[in-house]
Amino acid sequence: MGKAHIQEAIEKVVERGDKAFIPYIMAGDPDISQLKEQLLFLEKSGATVVELGIPFSDPVADGPTIQEAGKRALNSGTTVKKVLEALSSFRDEISIPIVLMTYINPLFKYGLSQFFKDSQAAGVDGVIIPDVPLEQRPLIDEHMNRTDIALIQLVTLTSPDHRIKRLAQASEGFLYAVTVTGITGARSAVSENLESFIYSLKKHSNVPVMAGFGISTPEQVKEISSLGDGVIVGSRVVDLLHQGKREEITQLIQAAVGTPASH
Amino acid sequence: MTTYSQPDQNGQYGQFGGRFVPETLMQAVLELQEAYEEAQKDPAFHELLEHYLKDYIGRENPLYFAENLTKHTGGAKIYLKREDLNHTGAHKINNTIGQSLLAVRMGKKKIVAETGAGQHGVATATVCALLNLDCVIFMGEEDIRRQQLNVFRMELLGAKVISVTHGSGTLKDAVNEAMRYWVSNVEDTHYIIGSVLGPHPFPQMVRDFQSVIGKETKQQILDKEQRLPDTIVACIGGGSNAMGMFYPFIEDTEVKLVGVEAAGSGIQTGKHAATLTAGEVGILHGSLMYLLQNEDGQIQEAHSISAGLDYPGVGPEHSYLHETKRVQYTSVTDEEALDALQLMCRKEGIIPALETAHAIHYAVELAKVSPKDEIIVICLSGRGDKDVMTVKSALEGRQNG
Repeated sequence: MGKAHIQEAIEKVVERGDKAFIPYIMAGDPDISQLKEQLLFLEKSGATVVELGIPFSDPVADGPTIQEAGKRALNSGTTVKKVLEALSSFRDEISIPIVLMTYINPLFKYGLSQFFKDSQAAGVDGVIIPDVPLEQRPLIDEHMNRTDIALIQLVTLTSPDHRIKRLAQASEGFLYAVTVTGITGARSAVSENLESFIYSLKKHSNVPVMAGFGISTPEQVKEISSLGDGVIVGSRVVDLLHQGKREEITQLIQAAVGTPASH
Repeated sequence: MTTYSQPDQNGQYGQFGGRFVPETLMQAVLELQEAYEEAQKDPAFHELLEHYLKDYIGRENPLYFAENLTKHTGGAKIYLKREDLNHTGAHKINNTIGQSLLAVRMGKKKIVAETGAGQHGVATATVCALLNLDCVIFMGEEDIRRQQLNVFRMELLGAKVISVTHGSGTLKDAVNEAMRYWVSNVEDTHYIIGSVLGPHPFPQMVRDFQSVIGKETKQQILDKEQRLPDTIVACIGGGSNAMGMFYPFIEDTEVKLVGVEAAGSGIQTGKHAATLTAGEVGILHGSLMYLLQNEDGQIQEAHSISAGLDYPGVGPEHSYLHETKRVQYTSVTDEEALDALQLMCRKEGIIPALETAHAIHYAVELAKVSPKDEIIVICLSGRGDKDVMTVKSALEGRQNG
């Protein structure tokens, strides 16, 4: 469980010559009762790790697709407590690592110590909190002390070299390379200086480097995952899941991890 | 009194404040802090700022003895700090001129801002026209509906006004969109936040640019009365006019400072914007501060007749001054503000903003029960031309209701 579970899952895929794939879904979209089945589907399709969003009323790092998913999840009554309770109830039936992604305020309100304690008990392996930069980590570090949960750092194209080094060294489980200067959401073109960016991250990081933001087609999955250890796809997966186009999600995942027959 | 030296080097006021922003913005926020510190040390920057404050904005503005209003209450002397007489009609431009000069200094060519009532949007569009900067303003669709005059003013000044339909379509949602825009365009864009909110150094910077209000007031009251006032009253949404007014008086503990929040339809109805009166500590828009939120940490919608107070948070420094009890925070309802607005119109021939009317109500009630030799200063933060249609329909509603 925890940090090692995430890192090993990614490394296992990379060692066999494929790339890791992390889909993002919003817990409680359309309803928390479907979470178990959604996670089982992603696991069966070959996802390496799942990034599981918990909705927040004011998601400033997210584009329209994930904002809408968050709204649907809030409307269905999704809370931090309900997500952790749901995970606890079926965690032993799903083996892939689970990383929670949410903003700091719902966790702060829940109580940070309690949140990490309950997350550990629910089998959560890592967390991503986009509005807690390195400078504010003291607020949460003391509460994470006795858990094995990975705190995953985002590193962006606007981060200068000295920050890249610090972020790469501080990140646990994997390093989240944000591939566009912007918010989450599908885009038609990806940034041209991505290659040198990912290369410099690989150089400094002790954990796998996963690239995310703006990736939406199997071609982009192949192209961008080839630069690092794999990709994270959020908005496109959320969209496809919402529309019931599950085969297309499987195609995205397999563009990175390969088909079961190829392993 | 000990020296007041908030915030600390991490941008914190006690436990409040900080920099809770996505990594994409961290570099911009750190660069801004550096540029601001450099500018503060540069006499040429101050000279340029002084020039615009005086010759463009029209400072210093008067501290006016409201004799009729004072007679009407029969108690303490009431003075009005006339921020409504600034160019563009409110205190907002004190901040936008400072920040835009800083943006030019940093080589940024574009400005993004949010606006609630539209006063900050107009003040931003104005300085962008003056300094030849591209200007994008995000405004909630509900606010666009109730502040159409200001929307047109911004467009006339060359700004692009973008309607925000997410959430409640008010100020909070406009801040979300402005921050998303900044995240996506951070390399050539500066974000002029309109109140003492956001990640460090914004709350400090906005306070400093607004503190011209309190500095002038202090000198003016000493000239007129040879002493400091007993009480200073200002309205609070995010809290920039209040912070600018209070800051130069914080160490003068004999001066009572009162911040007036919007109680909307009444605190007990849940439809209000009284964050310090009825909120809890949380983190939003880059800062740890008091917030209106539900038991799951979801931000709740604020409600007020005045669009400028319709925000579910309050600046981190106000949160700190609330906890240390240096400033007293209270609240005034929509109805009370409407009455105070009409009173100011009739007695002094001044149409104040609905935001300001909240402070006026509190000050008038206080004056009634205070001795005649006491002095109360109201920060008359803005003029009410923008609000006349809202006031008209509210008063018609009263007659028909």
